[in-house]
Amino acid sequence: MSGQEFDNKIIQWVDERLPIFSILKHSAVDYPTPKNLNYWWNFGSLAGFMLVVMVATGIFLAMGYAANTLVAFGAVEHIMRDVNYGWLLRYLHMNGASFFFICVYIHIFRGLYYGSYKAPRELLWALGLLIYLVMMGTAFMGYVLPWGQMSFWGATVITNLFSAVPVVGDYIVTLLWGGFSVDNPTLNRFFALHYLLPFVIFALVFLHVVALHTSKSNNPLGIDVKGPQDTIPFHPYYTIKDLFGIGVLLLFYLGVVFFAPNFFGEPDNYVPANPLVTPPHIVPEWYFLPFYAILRAIPDKLGGVVAMFGAIIILFFLPWIDSSKVRSAKFRPIFKQIFWIFLAVCLVLGYCGSQPPEGEIVIVGRIATAAYFLFFPLLWVLGKVEKPRPLPHSIAAPVLKGASAGHAAQPMEKA
Amino acid sequence: MADTSTPTQGTPPEGESRRDFLLYAAGAVGVAGTALAVWPLIHSMNPAADTLALSTTEVDLSAVAEGQAITVTWRGKPVFIRHRTAAEIESARKVDLAELRDPQADDKRVQKPEWLILVGVCTHLGCIPMGQKASDPRGEYGGWFCPCHGSAYDTSGRIRKGPAPLNLAVPTYTFLTDTSVRIG
Repeated sequence: MSGQEFDNKIIQWVDERLPIFSILKHSAVDYPTPKNLNYWWNFGSLAGFMLVVMVATGIFLAMGYAANTLVAFGAVEHIMRDVNYGWLLRYLHMNGASFFFICVYIHIFRGLYYGSYKAPRELLWALGLLIYLVMMGTAFMGYVLPWGQMSFWGATVITNLFSAVPVVGDYIVTLLWGGFSVDNPTLNRFFALHYLLPFVIFALVFLHVVALHTSKSNNPLGIDVKGPQDTIPFHPYYTIKDLFGIGVLLLFYLGVVFFAPNFFGEPDNYVPANPLVTPPHIVPEWYFLPFYAILRAIPDKLGGVVAMFGAIIILFFLPWIDSSKVRSAKFRPIFKQIFWIFLAVCLVLGYCGSQPPEGEIVIVGRIATAAYFLFFPLLWVLGKVEKPRPLPHSIAAPVLKGASAGHAAQPMEKA
Repeated sequence: MADTSTPTQGTPPEGESRRDFLLYAAGAVGVAGTALAVWPLIHSMNPAADTLALSTTEVDLSAVAEGQAITVTWRGKPVFIRHRTAAEIESARKVDLAELRDPQADDKRVQKPEWLILVGVCTHLGCIPMGQKASDPRGEYGGWFCPCHGSAYDTSGRIRKGPAPLNLAVPTYTFLTDTSVRIG
């Protein structure tokens, strides 16, 4: 990593003592990236961009906010009406959470489709899931801060999930609350943790990137890079592509911020929190809805909580559950169809989570929950019985449609 | 090492195990010490003394007519006080305990049969059940109905239907006079 030569004497002097420039050059400039990445590979860096936006807007929002139940709701309105550009900061932050999750969900499903979780990228996948878990905690606590009705009742329902833990459940909930109900101590600690956790995410992202640069990027063909002829340097080829992606993301993100800033929100959260009245229909933010549907699908308190957490925990074991050695769904005809069914099941679960738990919705939610969990054993069986299509010999081979395409003995061209 | 007078020099196995013991003992002290040091941090998140001090609420019941219900706040939670009618008491008493999810006789849940006093928090995930106002839905057992996930409670506040595992909790309370009660 060190030992690079830089033309600039000052950079050279610093780098010999602290190799930041060598590290930067190694991981952001020279990093050999497969030359066939498609646009689905943009969403990792887009998620990173959203993290930076969230931290930047969040720091300035914190300067106008006060984590006290007597003033919190008013403080958010103060930011909206009185603080210079406060409305912009808040709407960027509020909708930024949704777009952060959109990027991360696309990133996760891309990994699923192209088998990016398989060896040697198991830890890369696990670190990504950890980031996702910490994100969910951060988002949940952030939603509590405006101290509206949905903030309060969301906090009540989610913290009460832990009361399902046998024996010590009630002690855990009291510890989370710092009282006998969601109240001022709860709001205070949620604010403290909401400010802390994004920096934990930064640390996890750093490890995620280190793991990525160790096992290198997967690609749409899912086959290993054979040599330098299959890669191009990260800069300028992918920096410019990521920059273009950021431009497209900003079109959508700022479009919502400026033209429909409350599109993802719940009107009830503009009613100040009232501990004596539960809104008739409480729903979490959209990015939690599939898990909320799983929680409600099981007609037993502990069972529902176990299923909900299990739905995420099981993803950590995906690299070992999937018994197929072929990564990309391009070469797995049956997996490809099951992938789209799984995605549809997740969307159906999301819809069920948004509806009151009555009538057919309960039945549909239960079927979709069963389908969600069925995906995993199916994946294991599929790897044993599915006949994958023949893999190309190299990333370059399918592009060079000439004689080399199908011949194993064809020597690789030298880069 | 060479110039120290070590009589164990000829018996290395003994010296090895003593060193191992010191290593494990030091490790154990370190782990226990860290755990003890972390406890104040965790315990600081438990309810503070002033939160614990807000533990009683006194209520005047004289204005609550038969069939009416009022909600008071105790420890930040709603407490339901319902002045039950004779029919409600009767229906709560005649329930067969065997068909209850959390079996408890009605007379174990009240001090005076006409006054039903409950913590108004659904035992599922903590929503406030409806049924206090005359216009509220009371569920099919005539008690309370939780709108969040559909739990229904009877006229003794016992869970009858839906995902909640337990009856509505009965707080500790004392009747100071016939028409005034102290909760907590």
